Amino acid sequence: MRRVAIVGAGMTKFYRNAQETSKELAYEATKMALDSCEMKLSDIDCVTIGSAPDAFDGVHMKGEYLSDGSGAFRKPVMRHFVGGGTGVLSPAHGWFMVASGMFDTCLVVAEEKMSCAYPHPAGAFITIFDHTTEQALYPTLIYIFAIEMNRFMTTHGYRKEDIALVAVKNKKNALDHPCAQLPGEVTVEDVLNSEIMAYPVNRLDISPTSDGAACMILAAEHVARRVTEKPIWLDGVGWCLDTAYWCTRDLYYPDYLEVAARQAYKMAGIKEPSKEIHIAEPYDPFTYKELHHIEGLLLAPRGKSVQMLVDGHFNRDGNLPCSPSGGLLGVGNPIAAAGLMKVIELYLQLKGTAGKRQVPGNPTCGVANAWGDLMQVGTVVVLRS
Amino acid sequence: MSKRVAIVGIGTTGFRATTPDVSYRELTYEAATKAYLEAGIEPKDVDAFVATSEDFLEGYSIADEYCPDQLGAVLKPIYSITGDVIHSLASAYMMILSGIGNIMVVQGLSKASNMLTLSDMVTFAMDPIYNRPLKESPHAVAGMEMARYMYETGTTREQIAKVVVKNKRNALTNDLAAHGVLIDLDYVLNSEVVSYPLTQMDISPHSDGAVVMVLAEEETAKALSKKPIWIRGIGWCSDTPGLETRNWGEAIYAQMAADMAYKMAGIRYPRKEINFAEINDEFSYKELQHLEAMRICKKGEAGPLTEIGGTEIGGEFPVNPSGGCLGVGNLFELNGGHTVLEVVRQLRGETGKNQLKNVTTGLAQSWRGVPTTTGTVAILSN
Amino acid sequence: MELTEKMVANSATKLSAEEILEGKVLSVKWEPKLKYAWDNGPAIGRYLAELKNGKIIGKKCDKCHRIMIPPRMFCELCWVPTGEWVYVKDTGIVNTWIIGHVDWKAKRLDIKGGVRPITLSIIEIDGASKGMGILHHLGEVDPWKIHRGMKVKAVWKPPEERTGSITDIKYFKPIK
Repeated sequence: MRRVAIVGAGMTKFYRNAQETSKELAYEATKMALDSCEMKLSDIDCVTIGSAPDAFDGVHMKGEYLSDGSGAFRKPVMRHFVGGGTGVLSPAHGWFMVASGMFDTCLVVAEEKMSCAYPHPAGAFITIFDHTTEQALYPTLIYIFAIEMNRFMTTHGYRKEDIALVAVKNKKNALDHPCAQLPGEVTVEDVLNSEIMAYPVNRLDISPTSDGAACMILAAEHVARRVTEKPIWLDGVGWCLDTAYWCTRDLYYPDYLEVAARQAYKMAGIKEPSKEIHIAEPYDPFTYKELHHIEGLLLAPRGKSVQMLVDGHFNRDGNLPCSPSGGLLGVGNPIAAAGLMKVIELYLQLKGTAGKRQVPGNPTCGVANAWGDLMQVGTVVVLRS
Repeated sequence: MSKRVAIVGIGTTGFRATTPDVSYRELTYEAATKAYLEAGIEPKDVDAFVATSEDFLEGYSIADEYCPDQLGAVLKPIYSITGDVIHSLASAYMMILSGIGNIMVVQGLSKASNMLTLSDMVTFAMDPIYNRPLKESPHAVAGMEMARYMYETGTTREQIAKVVVKNKRNALTNDLAAHGVLIDLDYVLNSEVVSYPLTQMDISPHSDGAVVMVLAEEETAKALSKKPIWIRGIGWCSDTPGLETRNWGEAIYAQMAADMAYKMAGIRYPRKEINFAEINDEFSYKELQHLEAMRICKKGEAGPLTEIGGTEIGGEFPVNPSGGCLGVGNLFELNGGHTVLEVVRQLRGETGKNQLKNVTTGLAQSWRGVPTTTGTVAILSN
Repeated sequence: MELTEKMVANSATKLSAEEILEGKVLSVKWEPKLKYAWDNGPAIGRYLAELKNGKIIGKKCDKCHRIMIPPRMFCELCWVPTGEWVYVKDTGIVNTWIIGHVDWKAKRLDIKGGVRPITLSIIEIDGASKGMGILHHLGEVDPWKIHRGMKVKAVWKPPEERTGSITDIKYFKPIK
């Protein structure tokens, strides 16, 4: 297999409402990524775009619309998606394109502009449900995630006040992220006393809706060595979907993520993830999801993640820093761009250039994941310095 | 490229104007079952799946979530490409080259009959700020392009009408096609004007259907299939999405996608080295414009070649022996899947009355329709 | 590279709610006209027809022996066509649930003003294989007394009001 490295990255600030159009957001992130490694568009062989539903940006065939903003004018470009899991699939898709030998450099662009959906992007979510057996019941994303959180809690006996610590930790980490939309010092009480959205989910358990874009540049080894002194290697990729009949699965455990993680670990030659991985960016659109994913990534035994969280294991200075970026809860959640933001955080951390967010101990191996659709997608990447 | 990749199984439901008896699940299941049967595999043998879906056509947001079950891909690696099926084919092809697996499955589906407002959907693809407020029909874009193409190349209305007559007649003898009919030039020329010079008969009607293909790396392919069809070249490209800045006379996207595929396949003289082509003819003039863009004809020569019957089944360079979009139906995302299917069937000698003689290399091309400038090309050999 | 405040300074421009709502920033509005009529196929077609009859029907896989609802023409795990149709009961147990304080468009419900929270649940249906759940609402129950494993039964609309839809069941209510 050809080895593929990340050599540059860029991202926009995340806002609830950005003035820029979808295209312009993609442009800003792409330009920043090119500048970060002093590359020009003419150095780029191909482009892959990750973006979740067209309904948010309000354009049919969104990939075509985004293409010129993403630096893809007259280049081979394709758009892939797996719902919320898209942002971490994007570098994996870029990996194939470069590892195949067909291209030496690839722009990986992820964008989402949720504020276009009016009056609230949540309304667009009804169209993700089965048109005949589910839409008539008017479900929405918050409900089904609350349904999963409840199953997770009732299975393991987890308490809301413990899970709330994820919001406390991530929002605090986000104070140091220059793009963050909702950083802050909040307490467990703040989370528990925030408005109930759908029990067991309160307002501060949820990441915001956001506008934003992120971009990453991948290069084959011989190019990477020329472009940068410290390439960060994309050593493992994994992705998996479970059945669309989501009501028939036991939601307490993310099987899809374990399958995807094992694929990525195998490729990266990782045998004992909890020992070999130094830093993680588990996908945290909801507080419980970070823990759910830590268990699915095999970084904590089933039913034990909450105790590890309470013990400070996942803090920025803990044994396994999780979401040192501030995660979706703190930085924001423009779906696909948020997933790529997490991979960018690993890139910066492994490079040792995360500034105030830098975790101690010179980490050399990190994992990020994303999740989505009808709670059925796991996408995983493993990075090494 | 060091590795060679072949199509070792392909399955389809065929194409009909409507398919009220089945849902998208059963439609895909049928195509997948046939493809797996042909390749002699089970879903568990597959290393990864690539589905093709576009939200507003399927009627689902993040439509990829409904892809695994009917492919047998539950808890397996699968993702969706929001593009043409040839994009998905390229994606799966690259996965094999990258060494991540040996057997890949590519899926494409059209349930266009369930989409009741197709024209509004296409308008929804236009730039929301510059173009949509003008409330132009998507056919206006095609009409403008057709006018410019005719002006730049001197192609006549009659030459373009000949494409319609040819493709709809080819479809009559293709068992999989939905819109075959016997008409003459006058019938096309006198049909209702939609957006001058585009008439009703120049626009392909839509169809439903599914195509599933199984790809395999060389060694596996030879073990699985007696008639592997090799992917020799593949290319894809997007020109500008802006209506204001594009080159209206030429299909630059098709030219660049074809150049990429030719380079990979080592083809220098496409007209000589390729025996036939299945080309996107969603609007009649597109067949001619694409032929020229891909250097199969010189600029302005596709019309005259068509006029003298050079692109008919018995002609010098047969184009769309299946009937194309005009005869089989516009399948949207699946259009590329259909062109690949037909090239494979021709190369295997399975197309009955429409069978071409002594063909070894074929070209499958697709375009993503108005208002895009995205094109894909695959070159296949037996 | 370090992602700094300076680097991202001009990457995106924040708009306030006022700037948008008061029209200080110009915008283009578009309401897409997207209409669908889905073909449901034989499995969901029969499922809906039986709901109209006041019954819930599933289908059995002859290979893994799962009785599946909603019914499907093929087993997605075994990759074989499914076998016989099986009527299941209209009772079940609560697998997991929520107490929703916002509607599907994220609009707040006036809970203090007496609006009942939305109690959506996954109900494992009796007679179907273990874990086979369907999504539905719970009713005739104090939302805060719902618990995992609670036994429930479908409350049907009167026959003349049924249309062949999942909403032919009004909701599920607790039973002893």
